[in-house]
Amino acid sequence: MFARLIAAAISLCMPVPLFAADGHAGRGSDGLLRLYYWQAPSTLNPYLSGGIKDVEAASLILEPLARLDPDGRMVPWLAREIPSQDNGGIADDMRSITWRLKPGLEWSDGSAVTSQDVKFTVTYCMAPGSGCAQQAKFRDVVAVDTPDPLTAVLRFAAPKPFPYGPFVGAQTPVLQAAQFADCLGPAAAACTEANFAPIGTGPFRAVAFRPGDAARFEANPAYRVPDAPAFATVLLKGGGSAITAGRAVLETGEFDYAWNLQLGPDVLNAMAAKGRGRVVTAFSTLVERMALNLRESAPRGSSTAGPSPIPHPAMADIAVRRALSMSLDRNLMVQIGYGEAGRVSCNIVPGPPAYASRANDGCAAQDIPGAREVLTKAGWTDDNGDGVRGRNGRELRFVFQTSTNAVRQDFQLLAKEWWRQIGVATELHSIDSSVFFSADAGNRDSLQQFNAHIQMYASASDGTDPEAYLSGWSCDNIPTARNGWQGRNVGGWCDPAYDALLDRLSATSAPEDRAALARTLNDMLVQNYVVVPLVDRGRVSAHANTLEGVRMNAWDSELWNIADWRRAPR
Amino acid sequence: MDNARRHTLGVMLLGGTIALVLLGPLIWPVPHTAMDLGARNAPASLAHPLGTDQLGRDLAARLLAGGRISLAVALVAALVGTGLGLAIGLAAGMSRALDAPLMRLTDIFLSLPLLPLLLIAATVLRAPLAAIFGPEAGIFALITLSIGATNWMATARILRAEVRAVMKRDFIAAARLAGIGPSRIAFFHILPNISAPLGVSAAQAAAAAILMESALSFLGLGFPPDLPSWGRLIYEGTPHLGTYPGRALWPGALIAVTATGITCLGDRLGGPPQ
Amino acid sequence: MRASALRRLAMTLPTLLVISALIFALLELAPGDPMAQLPDSIPAEVRADMAAALGLDQSGPVRYALWLRQMLVVEPSVALDRLLGTDLAEGAPRILSWQTRAPVMSLIAQRLPQTLAVVGLAYLIGTLAAVALGVWSAARQGTALDRAGTAVAAMGYGLPPYFTAAVLIYVFAIWLGWVPTVYDTTHRVTGWDSAAVQLRQIILPVAVLSLQTTAQITRYTRAAMLEALGQNYIRTARAKGLTQRRVLLRHALRNSWVATLTVIALGAPQVFAGAIITEQIFGVNGIGQLLIQSLHVGDLPVVQTVTMLIAVLIVLANLAADLLIARIDPRPDHG
Repeated sequence: MFARLIAAAISLCMPVPLFAADGHAGRGSDGLLRLYYWQAPSTLNPYLSGGIKDVEAASLILEPLARLDPDGRMVPWLAREIPSQDNGGIADDMRSITWRLKPGLEWSDGSAVTSQDVKFTVTYCMAPGSGCAQQAKFRDVVAVDTPDPLTAVLRFAAPKPFPYGPFVGAQTPVLQAAQFADCLGPAAAACTEANFAPIGTGPFRAVAFRPGDAARFEANPAYRVPDAPAFATVLLKGGGSAITAGRAVLETGEFDYAWNLQLGPDVLNAMAAKGRGRVVTAFSTLVERMALNLRESAPRGSSTAGPSPIPHPAMADIAVRRALSMSLDRNLMVQIGYGEAGRVSCNIVPGPPAYASRANDGCAAQDIPGAREVLTKAGWTDDNGDGVRGRNGRELRFVFQTSTNAVRQDFQLLAKEWWRQIGVATELHSIDSSVFFSADAGNRDSLQQFNAHIQMYASASDGTDPEAYLSGWSCDNIPTARNGWQGRNVGGWCDPAYDALLDRLSATSAPEDRAALARTLNDMLVQNYVVVPLVDRGRVSAHANTLEGVRMNAWDSELWNIADWRRAPR
Repeated sequence: MDNARRHTLGVMLLGGTIALVLLGPLIWPVPHTAMDLGARNAPASLAHPLGTDQLGRDLAARLLAGGRISLAVALVAALVGTGLGLAIGLAAGMSRALDAPLMRLTDIFLSLPLLPLLLIAATVLRAPLAAIFGPEAGIFALITLSIGATNWMATARILRAEVRAVMKRDFIAAARLAGIGPSRIAFFHILPNISAPLGVSAAQAAAAAILMESALSFLGLGFPPDLPSWGRLIYEGTPHLGTYPGRALWPGALIAVTATGITCLGDRLGGPPQ
Repeated sequence: MRASALRRLAMTLPTLLVISALIFALLELAPGDPMAQLPDSIPAEVRADMAAALGLDQSGPVRYALWLRQMLVVEPSVALDRLLGTDLAEGAPRILSWQTRAPVMSLIAQRLPQTLAVVGLAYLIGTLAAVALGVWSAARQGTALDRAGTAVAAMGYGLPPYFTAAVLIYVFAIWLGWVPTVYDTTHRVTGWDSAAVQLRQIILPVAVLSLQTTAQITRYTRAAMLEALGQNYIRTARAKGLTQRRVLLRHALRNSWVATLTVIALGAPQVFAGAIITEQIFGVNGIGQLLIQSLHVGDLPVVQTVTMLIAVLIVLANLAADLLIARIDPRPDHG
């Protein structure tokens, strides 16, 4: 295998095999496409790594049964159509979904794609000891029936009103059974060769892959669309930083596409002003937010780790939470921190459009006098003249923590200043992100243990359906010492009415009803100021002016339609 | 350049920077955290002589504040490094029994891949130290201690050689005969005689610490954004080289001036110590 | 061979063992979590399962013992198997990276050529320039040339490399557009045109790195030359009427070789470590970039192995320097 790796490394460096350059249309006629993923992919098997960079790189090769388009709508990909209750694809008891493959599909090695491959992929991810990153999507699948080579029936343990978890979107593509047959369970990691060059159905196939550095792909000769892809080869380069990537596309034109340009808005604007390329953005559900801790947090250094269940005298007052939210100028935050890559969000579920509530749009306007009034009315006044309001001897002094990150630190400073203006004193803490986002139960500085009053982070709903995401605020999702600090309801909010609505959502299958319920749940969270949404963060990338066909997509892989990308005619 | 003139140059460069950083706030009393949201990314003006950053913070004030951090890092890291080097050099030079094991220890440290270890330490010790000293002092302790702990070996070697040379002199033998204890000998008889190489080592350790701190900041393992050392300012400023070049050039120039000044002082013996 | 060199040789293995234990102990303190980088849509129990698949649920000493065995037994036998076609390793588990699930050694094998190309070239140019500059400024001690030389050295030392790199990239790559901003690691030289491309992309990183090397080594060379020039035999040679050139190159340089070569040998492995920053800036995905990338994602097997590898190189370089001194130094053993 080592020799093959070396051979692969050498072939990676070989000159580009130029296909017939007869000017127009036809597979491979546009030569080389250069992509810059500054965080380089570490594997081409998305099941072994949950990282976005790996999922996207793999999406050149591996394809799911259905993709999500830029608006979050499902598009049949390897499947003939999207199964629904209307077309009989979803059983009436919501316990199974039937996928039908397009006829005549071939893997890049020429063999036929069958429902056995679909079945195998489920087995692969669910095999114990595999460390599969996407197993949550397959969790409820108890069996896969394959009545014929083109039909796969996924059976669920419980009724699934939204059965589009497995095989929809770039995270869960179909693997070739023949290639991964010996890579089940603990053997998965050792299958380096297969993990670095999976056989797929997509527009490209791997020629060479150097993890963390670079990858080279060539057009898949067995791709189902005869004239696609337009590019003969793809070079995917990693390393450097977002600045290096942005510069190489927008300022010098060395690359055609730069992924994930997390840069200050003024830096990005200055680069885009050179006129060589365009910045593209797309939004899904990633919301930068503040969580407010409704419980009294244990003093630092005390032996009882984590928030005790006593309600915090100030935070438990909705007036305080409301005032904190009202005094934020979200427009300025977007301008300073994200520019085009963000937009003000007053909802915790900002998309897809049908799921986004319009009831909270007023939060966009900063209202400092209003916030002061809210506090005064609720009895929070500055009696001792130290600039900090208090009530019954309890002053509004909060600890505000977040992960160490330039934009987040800017936001902390801004919030501290605005809160000072309404009579709230804030102490800022920044925690290294590997610690803050660590799941280690012994770590008191983690997001889950929330040893502060306010914390800022970003989180997103996985895919278009927000049910799993919204259930993160149910009563049994509160992280405590007893459950080993598991759960996403970090603020400790508990409302039986909310849980009842969640139960209704999990039994509702009509899309419009689900959307209406999701909006109501969102409004409950936001209007109770359990969580203070700040910015809807999009994905930002850039492509050269000479590259056409890019349709930026935040719901699926950004490279989802790379088969349609082409060089602009000069 | 002859040594005396280099020395003068070094004193001028370093003294000038220290004076600027320490006395600057008297002339320019703008707090470095004060935000002027109406003047974000402002060019140089009377209100902001070097312009402002994305939050409207005054760059001049941030440079002065950053200088205090960078110089404090240099001072403390040099104290830690030179102190360790001095202790080990003295012990090894004065005691035959300790000499061999201490020099082996020095050899092992010299064989360590220092920058990688420093990076590892800066990553993994961040949280524990922050828990002990608090977030800001923790990072400061982390950076100065780890730089100091990896930068004492040259000092120890030179000082051991110097101490051995001094130990052969007559007045040490006389002091011993007079019944003076080893710690008194070390303090009153040896230290005064090795003060010159000690000073040079300390100066070099300080220059190395400033550069090392800025390298850590560049790799994202140095000070957090709310503690703007010069290294951190360069790191934040380099993306803006095309639009607001001053943000990176000013701290870059200050680091270069300080490090060059210290090196000029340290080179007085004709060459770097081996 | 001298006693000191022999002693060093005997010390090599224990030293390396101590170093490996130190590195492992340091990494054991890590509160970070290699799963912290994953998107938060992946639930905690899946993370725990992934961590278990990496062997993270075992205790520290067990993992250290396993790593040591892999490093000392498995990896060498895998290498032997490759060379001789034997089957010594018998499929024993190798050191795998947590992030890529690939053998760490093959990652290193992929990265090494890029580091060697850029860093090696820079070190070569840097040392040559340093020797030339050192000889030159020592010969003209006190003149304007000497001053200019030492000024360059002081500047190279005082300017942080990432700062020089950022300014150079801005001026030469963006403003003037003469060279690319990104180093293409997949570029392969096949003819004159591609050689020109390679030259253009390598020039900036090499310039930045060699400036640093020159700055550090010139000072040693100059000092060694000055010392040699002050010796009696040089005065004799001058008195014999030998030309300045001959005195410098044949006599003084030859006698300052030992010091210079020692510094060069000792400095070589540190360059791998020192190149981390330059690699990061130019996108040269070599060993240094591998280290920092793995450090950021908590991929401890890679961090440990790469650090250890650099330590081995440093120990070997120290040994080489000792042997070198023992061989050519005409002076008695200094111990």
